[in-house]
Amino acid sequence: MALDKPYEDIPGTIIFDADMARRGYYVNQFCMSLTKRENREKFKADERAYLDNWKISEEQKQALLDRDYNRIMSLGGNVYFLAKLFSTDGQSFEQAAASMTGVTREEYRAMMLGGGRSPEGNLYKGQED
Amino acid sequence: MARITAGVATSHVPAIGAAIDLGKTGDDYWAPLFKGYEFGRKWIEQSRPDVVFLVYNDHASAFGMDLVPTFAIGCGDEFEPADEGWGPRPVPNVEGCPELAWHIMQSVIQDDFDLTVVNEMTVDHGLTVPLSLMFGQPAAWPCKVIPFAVNVVVYPPPSGQRCYNLGKAIRKAVESFDEDLNVQVWGTGGMSHQLQGPRAGLINREFDRDFLQRIVEDPEGLAKMPHIDYVRQAGSEGIELVMWMIMRGALNEHVNELHRFYHVPASNTAVGHLILVNS
Repeated sequence: MALDKPYEDIPGTIIFDADMARRGYYVNQFCMSLTKRENREKFKADERAYLDNWKISEEQKQALLDRDYNRIMSLGGNVYFLAKLFSTDGQSFEQAAASMTGVTREEYRAMMLGGGRSPEGNLYKGQED
Repeated sequence: MARITAGVATSHVPAIGAAIDLGKTGDDYWAPLFKGYEFGRKWIEQSRPDVVFLVYNDHASAFGMDLVPTFAIGCGDEFEPADEGWGPRPVPNVEGCPELAWHIMQSVIQDDFDLTVVNEMTVDHGLTVPLSLMFGQPAAWPCKVIPFAVNVVVYPPPSGQRCYNLGKAIRKAVESFDEDLNVQVWGTGGMSHQLQGPRAGLINREFDRDFLQRIVEDPEGLAKMPHIDYVRQAGSEGIELVMWMIMRGALNEHVNELHRFYHVPASNTAVGHLILVNS
């Protein structure tokens, strides 16, 4: 029997479930390695060579190199692990989240200061704003 | 005998820790948030706990994908702040309370809650930001802390009902500990927030206000709320709110609410804060 996924009708959201966790295992473990300063330095010196040490698919590697967070999350990356990557880049959660929503940091910050993204139209697929 | 005297609920947004560490608490952006914690800072001076049982989640800091415990109790002597990608926070190490932690572990496992024992781990912003909010920037934290990590990273986290029931078992365990200790239980994380995908930035004030009300007045009913409601209504990371249910389960059915605070935003997140004492 397939896993029950009652959350699949939530728009704009990837739930890090068993399937995603399996798919993204090495992506996330790569991110985890960046919690050590010496690894951050090695990665920054040659990103591609550092990634080549991990059992990560070419598609996943490209998404990581591109910092395409929505893409890498669709391939099993988890945002708390990816936070090690954008922290290595000197980015905050706010900046990273802005990039995922396709707006500038200033626009995103203004939305949050205005009370955040409204739940209206954002709870079920087909109703997105 | 040890006793649980109070519960504290608070969000644990990493940017709050950065604002404290970088001296930005008086900035226009941050000042309204820190004002909401002034009451708690004064209150805790008068109601100083011996031990805080601090329920939080690890954000891929101590636990990678190689090991994902649903409930992990820190039984060690000391826990250092984690390096989350920008170096460890400049905060004191956390002094554990191994005697009580091991006692709780033995008691609640015999009550059917199968905890993972952790003797060595680092603690990330999920644990240290609440300490900073309540205690400021002391040279050493003024009490012992039992870190209690809940998996809310990999779906599914434990249910609200499971967390609430676990809180009750923790209370029973604390109350059977011989030493005379003032213990507080803190539940952290939340409130509504989504950190990922095109829906990032979701804030649901109505959900949050209802949650703040019901956790005080109707925790039994609130415990029945299924995961899907948290995720849909409060965002993919709003699921952290199940951790508040452990705190609430550890208190009396009827509590006195000393303080309530709600603020939007802190970075991507709605901040909620409660101080509840057993009546």
